[in-house]
Amino acid sequence: MEGDIAAMGQYIGAGLACFGIAGAGVGVGNVAGNFLSGALRNPAAAGENTAFFFIGIAFAEALGIFAFLVALLLMFAV
Amino acid sequence: MATAGPETEPGGLNIHPMDQFLLQPLFGEELHWFTPTNGTLWMLLTVAAASLLMVAGTRGRALVPSRSQSAAEMTYGFIRKMVEDVTGRAGAKYFPYIMTIFLFILFANVLALIPTSFSPTSHIAVTATLGIGVFLTVTAIGFIRHGIGFLRLFWVSEAPTLALRVVLFFIELISYFIRPVSHSVRLFGAMAAGHAVVKVFAGFAGALGLAAILPIGAIVAMYALELLVAVIQAYIFTILTCVYLNDALHPGH
Repeated sequence: MEGDIAAMGQYIGAGLACFGIAGAGVGVGNVAGNFLSGALRNPAAAGENTAFFFIGIAFAEALGIFAFLVALLLMFAV
Repeated sequence: MATAGPETEPGGLNIHPMDQFLLQPLFGEELHWFTPTNGTLWMLLTVAAASLLMVAGTRGRALVPSRSQSAAEMTYGFIRKMVEDVTGRAGAKYFPYIMTIFLFILFANVLALIPTSFSPTSHIAVTATLGIGVFLTVTAIGFIRHGIGFLRLFWVSEAPTLALRVVLFFIELISYFIRPVSHSVRLFGAMAAGHAVVKVFAGFAGALGLAAILPIGAIVAMYALELLVAVIQAYIFTILTCVYLNDALHPGH
């Protein structure tokens, strides 16, 4: 066994930070699923609302990327 | 990425997935703030490629467009329509700025997919410059057009009670100032993560011998996804710029 407690904490923390990405996955899936169910009910209105779909995905995935950023910071910057 | 990762060991990954993001000076060894690096080079290539599409594509101005003219016209029309849909007539004045941002990010993302190339948008320094630039521009436009009335953006006058308005004021204020952070980190994170994943699979491929066909298949699939992500991230950055610009042009709720 090598290393020290601080390095172990970094690795465990970086791994735990990845749970945040699961939340982003749920969020993006929710946006996409709801958009699709709405679009299939009323295909005529789907085209002009695609922008809202992408904006929703962007806001949901940003939080997952924050979690990824925390993992990167723990691995390479701390 | 100030410190390198752990040293490569025999049997481990033979490509470190973060090595591709290292900035190297083009000439000589030392790095100063003015040193031309591979980042500078690829940003120049990005600008050159975007200029080539728009200048060479629209030179002929044929009635029946050639392929490059079609690509240039469709890109122009796509962004033009996006700006007018999101910000209305008032935003059309700022179309050149938004078009520039879109072309720069699109070409930086797509050129970064060339093997052994360098991805400027996977660096927080580049995306933060773009994000802070958008933030300052939009805030300045809001104050110039509306003066102190721009602060209506933070005061939700439809809220039923005064206490609620005060609470909402702080929430709106925080969400306004977190914008440049999320705006730039989204692009940087998506690009850096995608490139790192491809390199992680490339490291597996080097270590596996004949079974390397599996990670190589995964790389091909990831590469297709990365191409999609490169275009979608450019689109998202641009449409969020339009949304923020719309808030500055039409504050209030």
